[in-house]
Amino acid sequence: MSVTPSSPTDLPLEGVRVLDFAQFLAGPYAAMRLADLGADVIKVERPQGGDLCRSLAVNDQWLDGDSLLFHSINRNKRSFAANLKDAGDLKSVKALIASADVMIHNFRPGVMERIGLGYDVVSELNPRLVYASVTGYGTTGPWRDKPGQDLLAQSLSGITWLQGNDADGPVPVGFALYDIATALNLVQGILACLLRRGRTGKGGLIEVDLLSSGMDLQFEQLTCFFNGERTQPRRTEISNANVYGAAPYGIYATKDGHLAVAMTPLKRLAELFALPALGAFDQSDALKRANEIKPLLQARISERTTAEWLAILEPADVWCAEVLDWPRLAESEGFAELDMLQTVRNGAGSEMKMVQCPMRLDGSRLPSPLGAPALGADSDTLLNELGLA
Amino acid sequence: MDTGFQPLDGLIVVDLSQFLAGPYATLRLQDLGARVIKIERPDGGDLTRNLYFSDTVIDGESTVFHAINRGKESLALNLKDSADVERLKKLVSRADVFVQNFRPGVIERLGLGYDRIREINPRIVYTSISGYGPDSPWRDLPGQDLLAQARSGVMWLNGSAGDGPVPFGLAVADMMAGAAAAQGILAALVGRGISGNGAHVETSLLEAMLDLQFEVLATHLNDGGRPPERAGFRSAHPALPAPYGVYPTQDGFLAVAMMPIGALAELLDLDALRPFADDQGAWFRRRDEIKGIIAARLAVETTEHWVSLLEPKGIWVARVLSWPEMLSEDAFVHLDMVQTVRDALGTELNLMRSPVRINGRRGHSDRAAPDIGMDNDAILREFGL
Repeated sequence: MSVTPSSPTDLPLEGVRVLDFAQFLAGPYAAMRLADLGADVIKVERPQGGDLCRSLAVNDQWLDGDSLLFHSINRNKRSFAANLKDAGDLKSVKALIASADVMIHNFRPGVMERIGLGYDVVSELNPRLVYASVTGYGTTGPWRDKPGQDLLAQSLSGITWLQGNDADGPVPVGFALYDIATALNLVQGILACLLRRGRTGKGGLIEVDLLSSGMDLQFEQLTCFFNGERTQPRRTEISNANVYGAAPYGIYATKDGHLAVAMTPLKRLAELFALPALGAFDQSDALKRANEIKPLLQARISERTTAEWLAILEPADVWCAEVLDWPRLAESEGFAELDMLQTVRNGAGSEMKMVQCPMRLDGSRLPSPLGAPALGADSDTLLNELGLA
Repeated sequence: MDTGFQPLDGLIVVDLSQFLAGPYATLRLQDLGARVIKIERPDGGDLTRNLYFSDTVIDGESTVFHAINRGKESLALNLKDSADVERLKKLVSRADVFVQNFRPGVIERLGLGYDRIREINPRIVYTSISGYGPDSPWRDLPGQDLLAQARSGVMWLNGSAGDGPVPFGLAVADMMAGAAAAQGILAALVGRGISGNGAHVETSLLEAMLDLQFEVLATHLNDGGRPPERAGFRSAHPALPAPYGVYPTQDGFLAVAMMPIGALAELLDLDALRPFADDQGAWFRRRDEIKGIIAARLAVETTEHWVSLLEPKGIWVARVLSWPEMLSEDAFVHLDMVQTVRDALGTELNLMRSPVRINGRRGHSDRAAPDIGMDNDAILREFGL
């Protein structure tokens, strides 16, 4: 943190060095966000194959020998190849750690300690270091050795019973939600610790795990659960979008698509949808009789197109929206104005499109046009810098 | 080192936001040690106090409000009253962070836009959270979670082919926007420590939802815009091959993550799977067929049977738990994610805690959410208002 920005548009983490020992998604995604915010992120990878994500493809998409997935999680980083089981390499890594502000790893509990890079050892080597660890289920406890994989953590945490409808069985979220939420918590912890270091001069240990982060994501619903009957809430038979959400909250099929309808008093619904049958329900019925109310609404909504309903509902300030898919979203004016896409180019000159950091700082996006590094691409430069070449 | 020192100790956050996204961001700051002062309308306060979600009400206010606002102070001010606005400005002159989530344009009309606040306090980190961005053609649409989910394309990732759009059962857009805001605020505070200057941090529900989908969107954006295709049988990720998904067993459900089909063929003793063992392309192309074969086998034994057979062999499986089942697990108890707090009326409630541990400890606060204006006298005195 020695660099003094010359203008407020300089990135806030310029001069902060982050070592990313993590693999797959949660740790590397956190490191990528720090890179978005200006940090110098160096991946420390096994010389053979590197981050396992390099060879894990989704949708069978590849770029320059690495999976597209890897590229999307590791843009704007450097790569240092080191075998942590080799004494010489370990010495280099320790020199790198001495030069760093933050290190992130997601090895299973105990692994870093066995390598000799546990928090106690490393914090003596570099007392200013913020040491961040990601696990599946915490570093102690009976689940500590279970695989810290997103779908499995979702399954253990109860969230699969929140999506879908009553008869559906468990419906997981269709991508790695817990990895991402865990990463976001990690970024917050790291940044807070850097702030504290600004005042105390000392680093600290940040620990996050998939399960705690999954609990946090469910905190609203879990609070209702803990302070209520403590029975598993049921999803509605149709159009569920929140187990504690009163009707009409949910998604309804129209003649040609789908309409989302959020909190709206039943009286308003009866008027706007010309549904006198809703008059039989009191507002206090909206949650417990949702299974009677939602089908009435669904039958009516399916009679007209989405556009026809929006023309009635939006001028009346009803909280509703057309349900878009990606192609329709990408064509929309709202998406174009948001400016969330960037083109990233890697060392080999290949380009790919990806979304960028979801915030603006002083009115500007935080573009990060540098692609992911080839394995060990920056080893020589860094060894030179550390006087170890 | 002093492990009891919370990282944001001494920082003052003035929070004008309502509902979830903004208050979730300031909840995180509160967990990290900041002092959060909610600015609320004297009549009714934060609209979440009366949000008709759930039947559970605690001391006249929604349970959800208590969950989101634990540990905060409440200062009731009428922003249409000039004397109250002056009080707020004086408070802001001593604050570190300012958070607002009015629809674009509203805060400027109140005379509390970034340019004005920055004149009062150049070191402040000013934060704006909107639904769809300040200049969007959608700027005047309600920035509500379900509606932002609907517009973001995310509903086509959950559920299986044929399901139609499947929303999240929780306010994921609000929470992700709150998390993005918290990160921006913290980074700007770090930057302020170097430069001395504050900053304007902006995010929106839609930006946060696009970021949340970044990994799967990357496949779409670089694949000629091919839409995601959920598996026909119990999809859990549109871009992952078999066996990824959730399977019914004799007495429950088993989640199976990415695993080589050959290993499963051996362990489940499934001849029908063997032809696929070395044909990785088929794991994606013919995933419904493969999943069907696996499903037929898993359905005839209990979840416990499969977990005890597969887990020791390193196969990535997990039981699918409900909340009551999860709560009875030692592993859950061990996490220590639930705390009991007591509100002003002495009512005890169980709330979640911070998901981050610093130097081995979770952020700790046993203060409940405040009543409207509960801290007016103390704050007015303290800041000479």
